[in-house]
Amino acid sequence: MADGSGNGKQGQQQLEGEKRWGAGVIPYAKMGYWEPDYVPKDTDVLSAHRITPQDGVDPIEAAAAVAGESSTATWTVVWTDRLTNYKQYQAKAYRVDKVPGDNNQYIAYIAHDIDLFEEGSVPNLTASIIGNVFGFKALKALRLEDQRIPQAYLKTFQGPAHGIVMEREYLNKFGRPLLGATVKPKLGLSAKNYGRVVYEALRGGLDFTKDDENINSQPFMRWRDRFLYSIEGVNRANEMSGEIKGHYMNVTAATMEDMYERAEFAKSLGSPIIMIDLVIGYTAMTSIAKWARANGMLLHLHRAGHGTYTRQKNHGVSFRVISKWVRMMGVDHVHAGTVVGKLEGDPNMIAGYYDTLRLNYTPVDPLKGIYFDQHWMSMPGVMPVASGGIHAGQMHQLLHYLGEDVVLQFGGGTIGHPMGIAAGATANRVAVEAMIQARNEGRDYFQEGPDILEHAAKGCPELDAALQVWKDVTFDFHPTDTPDYVVTPTVG
Amino acid sequence: MRLTQGTFSFLPDLTDEQIAAQIEYSLEHGWAMSVEHTDDPHPRNSFWEMWGLPLFDVDVNDVDVVLREVRACREANPNEYIKVIAYDASLGRQTTALSFIVNRPAHEPGFRLDRTADRDRVIRYSLHSYAAEKPVGARYRNGDRPD
Repeated sequence: MADGSGNGKQGQQQLEGEKRWGAGVIPYAKMGYWEPDYVPKDTDVLSAHRITPQDGVDPIEAAAAVAGESSTATWTVVWTDRLTNYKQYQAKAYRVDKVPGDNNQYIAYIAHDIDLFEEGSVPNLTASIIGNVFGFKALKALRLEDQRIPQAYLKTFQGPAHGIVMEREYLNKFGRPLLGATVKPKLGLSAKNYGRVVYEALRGGLDFTKDDENINSQPFMRWRDRFLYSIEGVNRANEMSGEIKGHYMNVTAATMEDMYERAEFAKSLGSPIIMIDLVIGYTAMTSIAKWARANGMLLHLHRAGHGTYTRQKNHGVSFRVISKWVRMMGVDHVHAGTVVGKLEGDPNMIAGYYDTLRLNYTPVDPLKGIYFDQHWMSMPGVMPVASGGIHAGQMHQLLHYLGEDVVLQFGGGTIGHPMGIAAGATANRVAVEAMIQARNEGRDYFQEGPDILEHAAKGCPELDAALQVWKDVTFDFHPTDTPDYVVTPTVG
Repeated sequence: MRLTQGTFSFLPDLTDEQIAAQIEYSLEHGWAMSVEHTDDPHPRNSFWEMWGLPLFDVDVNDVDVVLREVRACREANPNEYIKVIAYDASLGRQTTALSFIVNRPAHEPGFRLDRTADRDRVIRYSLHSYAAEKPVGARYRNGDRPD
């Protein structure tokens, strides 16, 4: 950084003429990247960054640096800027707020002109917004908290291959959360044993089973064999129930060519759904989403790897931004937290992710960590998936926090059932139907949840056994990523 | 077998009182109610027979209006599957909000999975609905197995 000792707004006037264009190094704020009077255009991409400046670095200069480094700037003045209408391409920091509390953190609001981004390209958007700037020395830490995607830009993205409404009509399942389970153990099962778990879980009452994120095509089970036995399990369960069920076939692989080959094979078998992992990257996700739209295939996204950059409050990218990007790129499902399970998640933050995935309009809401009004222009919603350490005994809490348009995935909570996998599935299905029935009948299901489940268990030994085994299991830790305004502990 | 399509198929069959409570919940949301029936419960049968048009604009106090249609449909088709559907026409939904079975044939013959061996170890599956072996109108007669 050129001048770390900026002294607030007075010292941050833009320079003009020779002072601006002389060779050398001048503060970003003085080059036009700080514009406190700027009124964002409806077509601007707006970003809220949490910045932690290095000691002695003025927050406004730090914000301007983020604007500069995420748009046109380099470390020194370049005369070639003058060959362009540079003001168009300079991002503008227009507001800097101190974060409550003594933490030297600020929220910097930055506007990027829509001209900076290629149509329909999350890779291009992210290369600017979370590119080089995240390694910038003048900042101790930097976190992208939220983005407002302008409607004009949003309309250049495909959006979910099918979306919540189409998925429900395709599966003929309405009025309740969908139920799933990840096949366990994650690693080591042979293809035939694997298919057995798929069959048992589905015939017991689940709607979906799922490959885990790290099941691709290993020596103990190659992908083609897994697909063959899994689809047999799916079809057998359809036969026994008269329902439409599915197994998320993970097509994640080393190359796009491999992924297309696996996806095409899943399609040829009649699988209704495939899955991918977040680690395949933005380009690969966008490609497979287009393939899924063209081929009538539901697309499930496992967010493997997100915790490396979403979890710490001072650095990285918030999951609400990832939620926004994956909706634009076009997946049908994404894991978005459980509130009550084993994985990180403050209830308010998770409500913000779920809103971002499902609603057509999300207004500013500091409690949920939403910094901008976002219109979705009727882009279909993504079905959030709650997975990790949840069980039938929490059904009232899950319904209360996560709502109805969600896939509840009980892996251990199905396969670990003392009476067997199908019994575990039945326990979950009876629990969710009983809870929906009670809610619709006007009961205070959140308070009366345990009674409702106990009553349902009287006619269902499978549910009774599940409640006995897991009744005391909670994961009660304080989340690391919380709203600035209220701190609420994870609900156990 | 027990067909488990619909929102409440894993619970004991709903009583009329319980059905009324679900109708009331739906009317409170402004959803249009309809009744559909079929003698072919194949999971890919998207189009059951409509028992009249959907009931739009039913007052929340008129649960009986809907329940009457359920009973009339049952009387006319005692050995068919009948479901109650609540439809949400609001922007962003424009789809079914709730759908549950309120009548079943006395005997549910279920399905058979037909397998055809294809090349390279691939098996092609097809779900065969026993009920559909007989022509429309001749299925589930007398509430008995369609044999």
